[in-house]
Amino acid sequence: MALLEIRDLHLAMRSFDGEAHVLNGIDLAVERREVWGLVGDTGCGKSLTGLSVSRLVPTPPGRFLAGEIRFEGRDLLACPEAEVAELRGTGIGMIFQDPTTNLNPAFSIRTQLVDVALSAARRDPAILEGARGRAAQAAAERLAAAMLDRVGIPDAAARLGDYPHEFSGGMRQRVLIAMALIGRPDLLIADEPTTALDVSVQAQILRLIRAMVEEFDMGVLLITHNLGVVAQSCTHVAVMYAGNIVESGPVRAVLTTPLHPYTRALLQAIPTRGVVRGALRGLAGAVPNLIAPPPGCRFAPRCPRATDACRAAVPPPRGEGHRVACLHPGDRDA
Amino acid sequence: MTHAVASARGQALRRGWFRFRQSGLSMLGAALVVAVLAIAIVGPWIAPFPGHVAGGVDTANRFLAPSLAHPFGTNELGQDVLSLVLAGTRISVLAGLGVVVLGTLFGTLVGAVAGFAGGWTDEVLMRLSDLKLTIPGLILAMAVAAALGAGLLNMVIAIALSWWPGYARLVRGEVLARKEEVYVAAARAIGASPARILFRHVLPNIVSPVVVKMSLDMGFAILTVASLGFIGIGVRPPTPEWGTLLSVSRSYMPDFWWTAVFPGLAMFVAIFGFNLLGDGLRDVLDPRARR
Amino acid sequence: MLEIENVTKVYPGRQGMFGASPPVTALSGVSLAIAAGESFGLVGESGSGKTTLTRCILRLEAPTSGHIRFDGEDFARLTPVALRAMRARIQIVFQDPFASLNPRMSVHDIVTEPMVIHRATLGLGARQRSARAAELLDLVGLGPQHLHRHPHEFSGGQRQRICIARALACQPAMVLLDEPTSALDVSVQAQVLNLLADLQARLGLTYLFISHDLGVIRYVCDRTALIWRGQIVEEGTTERVFDAPASDYARMLIAAMPEVRFD
Repeated sequence: MALLEIRDLHLAMRSFDGEAHVLNGIDLAVERREVWGLVGDTGCGKSLTGLSVSRLVPTPPGRFLAGEIRFEGRDLLACPEAEVAELRGTGIGMIFQDPTTNLNPAFSIRTQLVDVALSAARRDPAILEGARGRAAQAAAERLAAAMLDRVGIPDAAARLGDYPHEFSGGMRQRVLIAMALIGRPDLLIADEPTTALDVSVQAQILRLIRAMVEEFDMGVLLITHNLGVVAQSCTHVAVMYAGNIVESGPVRAVLTTPLHPYTRALLQAIPTRGVVRGALRGLAGAVPNLIAPPPGCRFAPRCPRATDACRAAVPPPRGEGHRVACLHPGDRDA
Repeated sequence: MTHAVASARGQALRRGWFRFRQSGLSMLGAALVVAVLAIAIVGPWIAPFPGHVAGGVDTANRFLAPSLAHPFGTNELGQDVLSLVLAGTRISVLAGLGVVVLGTLFGTLVGAVAGFAGGWTDEVLMRLSDLKLTIPGLILAMAVAAALGAGLLNMVIAIALSWWPGYARLVRGEVLARKEEVYVAAARAIGASPARILFRHVLPNIVSPVVVKMSLDMGFAILTVASLGFIGIGVRPPTPEWGTLLSVSRSYMPDFWWTAVFPGLAMFVAIFGFNLLGDGLRDVLDPRARR
Repeated sequence: MLEIENVTKVYPGRQGMFGASPPVTALSGVSLAIAAGESFGLVGESGSGKTTLTRCILRLEAPTSGHIRFDGEDFARLTPVALRAMRARIQIVFQDPFASLNPRMSVHDIVTEPMVIHRATLGLGARQRSARAAELLDLVGLGPQHLHRHPHEFSGGQRQRICIARALACQPAMVLLDEPTSALDVSVQAQVLNLLADLQARLGLTYLFISHDLGVIRYVCDRTALIWRGQIVEEGTTERVFDAPASDYARMLIAAMPEVRFD
């Protein structure tokens, strides 16, 4: 049984213009010690997939049309809210893009970390080794300091009393990672965790997340728009386009022999070493309107290989391991 | 081409209207305001006893309780209260509107100049408005009204004088925030003059919060106008005005309650409507609620 | 074309109610020379001083010391009128295409605004300005049918094209590109980068391209400088900087680049 299994997930979001079909049958399975990169352009549904797993999609305007999200076998979409709330923090940890707005500026790091530790210990006393009352407070502080140390904050015990503004952006993201991991989650959802950070800090944070995967024996869903980040830090990748996973599999296989025309287009748009000026290939056209999406493959209107069959029905994902949802896959340009 | 502009604006309007419609209270507010404005326009003509509005008395029918002939009853002079309330709507709403518009114009001018110029101009103008804020509005209005003499126009001016600092502060804050927008830096980079930046790039983008505040303030302005009428330095009888009507009838409470309750109710409906509308507009227009 | 000579910018410290802050040196002794027609890359991370440098070049701020000369003329010596005329010659495209367009103005008004401001030097009447606006939209790959729409109706990439059209309105000699593609998706970024390269070739523009993305810089720039804590730590041809970085900082940055590469 996979740690996280998303089956045929359909999500619609209501807006002024109508109801947009933003997730159109997502299938994804994450095992422990796997780091899954979820990539795609703005609005492809990668963040909503992450939010769906932690059940943080507001309903309404969101509406789950079909599918299930199984976390250790339990269907999260069928769980009552209280049960899911309990899972957040202890079962599923989350980190977001902006480390500034996700820490409360009014409290010290100590207060915020201890809070998380104590509430996590209410569900799983083992986190504080069964300590209670005043002993629990002390144990929580020890754990907070240990976690800060573990995520690479120098002189962790002394910095516990500091406030968020006294940390740099990279350090704040480390604090958030410590906070997400303090309840020993089995699954970590990281939504663009390094987008707001400098390149040099980004590399450190990605290394840290990789190291934590081994140490905590967890699975990771890393949501990003940067294929370079995926290549550097993920074991697997799922490429999303307009609410569908168009291609997925082990990261090396997908990125070295991309089979879906969209994956190929994404890779050709990255300015890599040796690409001469003007030779980069952009992707013409625009993302389809998800309120009235085209009936078949949603990429068909922009696809050089599209045929009538593509426009008739959504192609199902095919293949074992390296899966691709395309009727005309291939690793060469047509 | 003009059609394209119209359709773009039209779409923005339709989106706003969609969001506005989501709230029942906003819709109620809008309905009340529309009703109040309509009555303000046609009130004197639909009054069942126009003679009473003009000051005619009917002493034979003093203090009649509400009935079919006189749904709101009659007052100490035998005048039909419904007619007076309907006719009074125009004076009250007009005066409230006058106060808000005058206050907005002056306050926006002061706030925009202060926020945009900065430095000592800002200091002087803002300390001036602080000074104004230390004097209770009603007292200042009383003093000014007493100095200028009673009357509708003088009263409006008197209240507006105590009204502008709120707008000055709001506009100054908004101008300071807009000044930091990237598109303002872009305008500076292409060499736009300060006046151009203020009028093309800053002011058009602060209209929404000002409109919201105007709507929220309308109710309070109507109340202030009525208060001045109530203490006798506003509109003088026989011109019907809600505050004056209340003022006169207070001596006949509680026996002839209808003489006071119905003008009060009219005031309540108008203020309630403008406040709900203002809240609704804020939800639609507030840039933080956007996207 | 653009000479930056020993520019230092110090922001004075503050004496506030809640304690004082010491003066901050944002730039110290920065010197750069950008030749006409080249595309010069400036790479720096947050807080490196690259934004301060652009603000000094645009004269939105005055440097504490040092000189910035454009076409041989020192900005600090220009009269306000001459400075405004000069502004027509250096234009900028900002990072965030959502924030850099006034939401209340139509595309037509946005693109013609520089021509209205500099009408004395350009000498274009209202009709000619409109015609040129249509030409400019065409140049950046948007049709003239978009002229009367408003910014919120466009995607990020389209907005950035509008910003580029506005920057080109007065036929500038130089364009500052301040992270012009950082807010865009990669497929859109590729199109905008190609557009910029194409425009440079066609119009003979000089670019100062500021970015934290080394991949983008490597793709579009002839020469590159690295700025770190207000100082230029490395400068040279783009090839040389990437193939044989001389400074530790350059080596560290290049090693940290997230590239799609398996070795």
